[in-house]
Amino acid sequence: MALRKASARFILHSVIIISLIIWIVPTLGLLITSFRPAEEVNSTGWWTVFSSPLDFTKYTLDNYRQVIKAGGMGIAFKNSLIITVFGTLFPVLIAAFAAFGLSRLYFRGRSFIYALIVSLLVVPLQLTFIPILKLYNILNLSGTFTGLWLAHTAYGLPLAVYILHNFFQSLPDDLFEAAFIDGASTWTVFVRLALPLSVPALASLFIFQFLWVWNDLLVALIYLGGSGQVAPLTMRLTSLVGSHGQDWHLLTSAAFISMLMPLVIFFSLQRYFVKGILAGSVKG
Amino acid sequence: MNIKNKKWWVALFLGPALFFITLYLLYPLLHTIVISFFDKRSEAFVGLENYIYSFSSPVMRAAFRNNLMWLVFFTIGTVGLGLLFAILVDRVKYEKFAKTIIFMPMAISFVGAGVVWKFIYTYRPVMTEQIGLLNQLVILFGGKPQGWLLRGPWMNNLALIFVGIWIWTGFSMVILSAAYKGIPKELIEAARVDGANEWRVFLNVIIPSMAGTIISVMTTMVINVLKIFDIVYVMTNGNYGTEVIANRMYKEMFQYRNYGRASAIAVVLFLCIIPVIILNIRREKGGN
Repeated sequence: MALRKASARFILHSVIIISLIIWIVPTLGLLITSFRPAEEVNSTGWWTVFSSPLDFTKYTLDNYRQVIKAGGMGIAFKNSLIITVFGTLFPVLIAAFAAFGLSRLYFRGRSFIYALIVSLLVVPLQLTFIPILKLYNILNLSGTFTGLWLAHTAYGLPLAVYILHNFFQSLPDDLFEAAFIDGASTWTVFVRLALPLSVPALASLFIFQFLWVWNDLLVALIYLGGSGQVAPLTMRLTSLVGSHGQDWHLLTSAAFISMLMPLVIFFSLQRYFVKGILAGSVKG
Repeated sequence: MNIKNKKWWVALFLGPALFFITLYLLYPLLHTIVISFFDKRSEAFVGLENYIYSFSSPVMRAAFRNNLMWLVFFTIGTVGLGLLFAILVDRVKYEKFAKTIIFMPMAISFVGAGVVWKFIYTYRPVMTEQIGLLNQLVILFGGKPQGWLLRGPWMNNLALIFVGIWIWTGFSMVILSAAYKGIPKELIEAARVDGANEWRVFLNVIIPSMAGTIISVMTTMVINVLKIFDIVYVMTNGNYGTEVIANRMYKEMFQYRNYGRASAIAVVLFLCIIPVIILNIRREKGGN
């Protein structure tokens, strides 16, 4: 019996550890390769570094230098940052207004409007691309940051309104009534009461939207088209895969640059991150 | 607060959101449905022609077949492994660490994950040094190196699907783990005392207690899989028989500039999602 139990424990640990290896090794291989010189990357597997892992002459920063400058990953990082900061701020802010209005201002048709916004959560973004692109071509918005910000704002709204509305609904009614009776204006109640109370919900939403925009490829491809000057990391990396398909020393370092920000957020804000991902799983 | 005043507040708080929703979601949705009945430049009415193309052309049929493969293997893979990990890591001390590792791919982009795995799948001809880990392992066990992404329809599609599973398993694990921890421990203990082995406990106690959560995770995965795009676009761009519906829509739109067909394919994509959502809403209502 004791032997059976011990062997069951052994199998349990083996299954988990093998799975963890499958989950971690691909990313680790990418990271190691990104620091190896081009000729070595092409002639031997990255696992060969483990024969003498501390021989630092085997590693180089050349790949990073090359993709950041010539490969355009430096500019792309800046573009991603510009796109993502406003592509996150706008929708969260507008959604906070709308969610507050829908849950705390009593007017006719509000449950209809809420239902309409939430039902749009399930519409695949593909259904919206062509008409908006036609419009953008007329307004000269395709290939611009503004066009992309506005698109991300709209696409982010249904989920953000849904999450924040649920949150505002969960706050006690008495709190708001007391504030209104004390003579506070709608604006004051929103800014001084509702927003500060919803910081945890805003944080999760913020992180979800930030990563969604940062990691987005499709929306950027559609509205930025071929304009390389404004391309974010995901687009730049994709075009490197097309033009340098076999230059693994460049692709691995470019890929790692694109993963840097999400990984930092993941490891530093894991609690909010998990909440945000779980809440936003059905988007787009 | 007087009535007139209130109208202004409502307009201020809801105006911006309604503007964006109308311009970017409602109007395009309706417009796309209309132009799906028109030709490539949205000039001449062509009736159902684009829909006939969507269901009967060889490329779209291949895309449907592949999406179906994704649907089956991706859903079973993510939910099955997620459930397995949720139950297994609950029994070890390094649970939190293990969960962090499995969940990590959710943070990186599909493009990034695509490059990570494209490198793992890299193929060099026989007799030359392999730089792709998978082929190196195959050789280690006495096999022949393969062009994993080249040979279809099974091998390359499954290779792509595995990338999706690698990304999404952490998501289903986290949700299923919460549900698993919610099962009263007395229930499981009682079954064990009655002499049930672990397998019977799993089938007769754990699965029924988690059924609701399992189905809702499955729904999420099915909706995800129907819209799958980035992984395929980056790793094969639909070549070698790996096309999927969303990638085909993109190609019709940008490569062939055929707005009629692209719109019809987008509508078809939506039509595939609707039944899944209706089933889910019905189940939730029934459950309450």
